[in-house]
Amino acid sequence: MSRNTSDKRLMVAKTYKLYIGGKFPRTESGRTFEARSPSGELLANLCRASRKDLREAVVVARKAFSDWSSRSGYNRGQILYRIAEMMEGRAEQMVNEICSQGVPATKSRKEVETAIERFVHYAGWADKYAQVHSSVNPVTSSHFNFSVPEAMGIVGIVAPNEPSILGLSTLLAPALAGGNVTIALVSETHPLAPATFAEILHSSDVPSGVVNILTGFRKELLHDLSTHMDVNAILAADLSPKERKLTEENSALNLKRVVHLPSKAVSATNHPGLSPILSLQETKTTWHPIGT
Amino acid sequence: MAKKQKNNLKFDTDWQYDPAPESPELAKLNDSYDLFIDGKFVKPTGGKYFDTTSPSSHKTLAKVAEADKRDVAKAVTAARKAYEGTWSRLRPSERGKYLFRIARVIQERSRELAVTESLDGGKPIRESRDIDLPLVASHFFYHAGWADKLSYAFAGRKVSPLGVAGQIIPWNFPLLMAAWKIAPALATGNTVVIKPAESTPLTSLKLAEIIQEADLPPGVVNIVTGAGSTGEAIVRHPDVDKIAFTGSTEVGKLIRKTLAGTDKRLTLELGGKAANIVFEDAALDQAVEGIVNGIFFNQGHVCCAGSRLLVQESIAETLVRKLKDRMGTLVVGDPLDKNTDIGAINSKEQLKKIQGYLKVGQREGAEIFQTSCSLPKRGNWCPPTLFLNASQSHRISQEEIFGPVLAVQTFRTVDEAIDKANNTPFGLSGGVWTDKGAKAFHVSERIKAGVVWTNTFNKFDPASPFGGYKESGFGREGGRHGLEAYLNVIEAGGNR
Repeated sequence: MSRNTSDKRLMVAKTYKLYIGGKFPRTESGRTFEARSPSGELLANLCRASRKDLREAVVVARKAFSDWSSRSGYNRGQILYRIAEMMEGRAEQMVNEICSQGVPATKSRKEVETAIERFVHYAGWADKYAQVHSSVNPVTSSHFNFSVPEAMGIVGIVAPNEPSILGLSTLLAPALAGGNVTIALVSETHPLAPATFAEILHSSDVPSGVVNILTGFRKELLHDLSTHMDVNAILAADLSPKERKLTEENSALNLKRVVHLPSKAVSATNHPGLSPILSLQETKTTWHPIGT
Repeated sequence: MAKKQKNNLKFDTDWQYDPAPESPELAKLNDSYDLFIDGKFVKPTGGKYFDTTSPSSHKTLAKVAEADKRDVAKAVTAARKAYEGTWSRLRPSERGKYLFRIARVIQERSRELAVTESLDGGKPIRESRDIDLPLVASHFFYHAGWADKLSYAFAGRKVSPLGVAGQIIPWNFPLLMAAWKIAPALATGNTVVIKPAESTPLTSLKLAEIIQEADLPPGVVNIVTGAGSTGEAIVRHPDVDKIAFTGSTEVGKLIRKTLAGTDKRLTLELGGKAANIVFEDAALDQAVEGIVNGIFFNQGHVCCAGSRLLVQESIAETLVRKLKDRMGTLVVGDPLDKNTDIGAINSKEQLKKIQGYLKVGQREGAEIFQTSCSLPKRGNWCPPTLFLNASQSHRISQEEIFGPVLAVQTFRTVDEAIDKANNTPFGLSGGVWTDKGAKAFHVSERIKAGVVWTNTFNKFDPASPFGGYKESGFGREGGRHGLEAYLNVIEAGGNR
């Protein structure tokens, strides 16, 4: 952290914390890890979230699911757009945080701007994907038969290390647009901007528990997330082959759906579109008899 | 006032139906069947054959080849060659015409296929004739038309086939499950290696004959018979691009684990423990018909069976009385007899499993009710069974029994019914019985299951997507949504 060597004012450094159930707790474990600049300067001590933190996040997420998933797409869309608005206001801070860990300034700026675009794009999807994906099915018997998408439930987001905020946004926005609640394991190497992003969410009308943000070690948390019996799906990007295999093996315990995107899917030049929303939806088909 | 007479309908003792059997000769079975690989029937490399027997008579019906790893490898090679050499190069409309052809031959030979199905699997001929076979033909007919229309199916996205699909199907709807798997795979441009269940291979082998008759290019469909190890060889084969499995949740989880870290695509259609919820405002007689159809259809060997009855407390006594009366009219016996309602339990192992649960249920404290219908001396039989006063934590309320056994619970409020319905690891189907439209939508929206029937149950159609939530598996079969299981679907890009 910077030292005051002149008459300049001493900067007030921020304490980076977890975001669970709409609150900013420290990890219950008391453990931390360091974020440093490329030159080795200590930027911050971050919470190294534990299995217990993750379990707490699952509990609050489950409580938040029924309300969030039953809100209108219009309402969720407005909240996603609100996130974009708040990101715009805090963009400079996130750019600086990304830069501080060695990403060039223009690249950092582009990353944050693209992340904002993602939320705007998916804000617009929230009240449309159901219409695009639904169908009335022409069955031979006298029934009104239709299929609609329904949110899967609790989605574990495993964001790539880089691009930290764009990767997180690209995975988070489609999950939220589709009515899911989330627990995000954010970048281990670039955790500052994702931790700040939690504060943005907190001031964006996102109900508490709908997004939970954990900083820490993927090696520890990925296991706990993929073995948890009340997590319905995992959306991950850029896992190593070993991490992917472990996640998919563990998912067999309760048949979580695992969606793994290659790193290019979360890059600024690629646009993932509708597919990630639908990959976190179940399809329900309902039969109603027609008669007098 | 005259004392109310106790309702005691015993259809099999008070009066008899004259027997009305289909002739087993109609099945026209060979003595033995080989593997169907690359358009030809070939002997298994290991020279091994197993017997397939009739669950209603224990008679051996035919010898069937057992495919080992080497045979599976041959089948995959043939499927790959066919995919690259012919099937993926064929004009989509021509692909569709082959499927139309197959649908037509199935319709022509449907009586033979229905009799074979009932002989080999034990289901009543009334069901194989009126439900299975018409659905088999319609699955091919429906998907045939998709072959040249796939670009309409996924707005804003581009599609392409996956390659070779490995498919493993169960014994409860042998030919219907083959149709569910093969028709969409072929329509979307894939080729297939499929393994029917070891206790019910015959209709799949007849389908192989039909595929030959239809002159489908060699290798597009390969049918390898065998047990679990044959299935495992398909799952593990490195040149298979996709696995589609229908069967138990236990095996489904094992397959999921086996494929971890690979790029093989996977869809799973697994077990269920569906609740049929009957509200006090429902039309009770109709509900009783739906409950009976929900659990006794196909001896309860149905993954989406309504194996739990949740009945509102105020009408529980009346409903259970009506249900018991209706159950008393069910005829259990010869699957080939057109009067039979409940046929033979598919195998001795399955009967043992069901009987195990009958003991478990009583030990747990639920009250058992079985009809006093007469059962044939030979064969695997289980009378229709109710467990009254089941509680949510009982194993008979949580685990899939896959037999004609219904666990009955009561509830007071709408929310309690929804909570109880959702309180299992499964999520395949559900039923709601009420005369109030708003309530029907409210409850069906909150049941965590892939298929919900309101005021009906166990209806199927090739245009209707089918598949589960949670531990009932993932992916859909049927309808536009089912096509995705056999396609790469990528964003088309466009104006952003």
